[in-house]
Amino acid sequence: MKTQLDTDIALWRSAVTRDSAVDSADADELEGHLREQIAELVDVGLSDGEAFQIAVQRLGRVDQLTAEFAREHGERLWKQLTLSTTRDSVDRRRPLLEMIVFAALAAVLIQVARVLAGMTGTADMQFMGDPIAPWFVRNLGLFVLPVLAGYFAWRRRLSLRTVLIGAAVVVGVAVLVNVYPFPPNSQTDLLVAIHLPVLLWFVVGAAYLGGETTSLRRMEFVRFTGEWAIYWVLLALGGGVLMGLTALLLEPIAPGAIEDVMRWVLPSGGAAAVIVAAWLVEAKKGVIENLAPVLTAIFTPLFAAMLIVAAVVYVGAGVGRDFDRDLLIVFDVLLLVVLGLVLYALSARDATKPAGALDVIRLIAVGAALLLDVLVVGSMLARIAEFGFTPNRVAALGLNLILVVNLAITAWLLGRTLARRASGGALERWQTGYLPVFGAWAGIVVLLMPVLFAFS
Amino acid sequence: MNIDKDLVAAMATPLVLAILAEGQSYGYAIHKRVRELSGGELEWSDGMLYPLLHRLNRLDYVRADWGTSPEGRRRRYYEITDAGRAELAQQRRQWATATRTLGGLWGASASAPAFASTLGT
Repeated sequence: MKTQLDTDIALWRSAVTRDSAVDSADADELEGHLREQIAELVDVGLSDGEAFQIAVQRLGRVDQLTAEFAREHGERLWKQLTLSTTRDSVDRRRPLLEMIVFAALAAVLIQVARVLAGMTGTADMQFMGDPIAPWFVRNLGLFVLPVLAGYFAWRRRLSLRTVLIGAAVVVGVAVLVNVYPFPPNSQTDLLVAIHLPVLLWFVVGAAYLGGETTSLRRMEFVRFTGEWAIYWVLLALGGGVLMGLTALLLEPIAPGAIEDVMRWVLPSGGAAAVIVAAWLVEAKKGVIENLAPVLTAIFTPLFAAMLIVAAVVYVGAGVGRDFDRDLLIVFDVLLLVVLGLVLYALSARDATKPAGALDVIRLIAVGAALLLDVLVVGSMLARIAEFGFTPNRVAALGLNLILVVNLAITAWLLGRTLARRASGGALERWQTGYLPVFGAWAGIVVLLMPVLFAFS
Repeated sequence: MNIDKDLVAAMATPLVLAILAEGQSYGYAIHKRVRELSGGELEWSDGMLYPLLHRLNRLDYVRADWGTSPEGRRRRYYEITDAGRAELAQQRRQWATATRTLGGLWGASASAPAFASTLGT
């Protein structure tokens, strides 16, 4: 039989869980507390109604309570933030307007750079069929990512001092990579082009977090990165359909005109999409939040199966000396994707929940990836011993060593979590603590490697 | 006497860890133990205990496990870990220094030793 007390408690419970900072397990825990408190008060002679009133009051005001839970559970706070922005409908349009301004800025910036680089271009390097100066490719990240960092600095109302420090770092890096005298087709030039966006992504992270880099906050940026990538790909797919249809429409009336259209639309569209995707992540947090666990749950087992097959094949056949460079790049991308998957899954996971079947699969995936990476590092060391150091080999070796360490500790911590010797929190802290290592390595490749190898 | 909010916040971690060092417990029982130890003078809104317990769990100071209460309700039990004991020992040293420092100024008052033992055992 449902008593008045049960109804009261159910009402209170729905109020506590409304803002999603308190999940149903926490609500169970709080309800247990409430019921015991009520029972104790009834024992000393109070009525059900009186006891309920007092017990609820002692638990604390619902909004303060949920705020406290939201502070502790960052992954739920995520949802909380959207609510607070959608509630004040007064300046609902403002974020949209800000986004458009920054997206336009990125679109224009990359277009100006493309036109300028096209004028000084030689046949050595081409961009969409046009000759282009090598500095365009090297600086690609610099045309877009500082704008994204600026967007967050603006949205977060960062202090002038913080903004100036960030700007000084970006300008310093930009000046250095452009005064370095790279000869045409230099290896180090290409390495800078690949690693500079990674370095700049850390600047974006600093702006995103507003300089607050605790473990919980860093995890938020990891989550942002994963979701930003999903949105960017979605936008790119939409853009691809649009361009494909445009090409079909233009073909009969103006053959060849599509190349000209592409030349203008593609770089600007891609750059603007970087900002739009970031805005979407912020504006539509709740939507993707439901998607992230599903995506990782689908792809983790698939990647685990693929990695096991690859590990068995390569261990059986041996990678040997003819482990060529293209395959090496494929391996590195694969390992980074696995790590990304683990990180992204981690960011969507509730650290207080015990380990489950998915963690077993994750451990298998990480174990297979680790095995592959050890093989890669071994073959690379053999190559270096035989042919000596080149910038490419050093960059690849460094990245793989960083990955080996990360994967090994990740596997160890996952194992401990499964054996219930540690909570998921340990793994989360390890991963967020390790993030700066990637940034530092990108910094070394961008700033030091060209000098060390005399820009070869 | 009402204890200052910031002081309560600072005490909360060692207090909860020290109670759990006595043995596995759950939210309401921890809350009752706090009330009992402080003679009702330490007031916090009961709900705040839970985010604190979850934070300690995330930091690996305590382990949480679902069990069942005698009435058959789901109940989350907390147990201190080795890391939690180490943290408690360190907090205990800090509090001992703090009370000794203030005690040196104020002279040994009757409340000081009682306060220290609350935190310690």
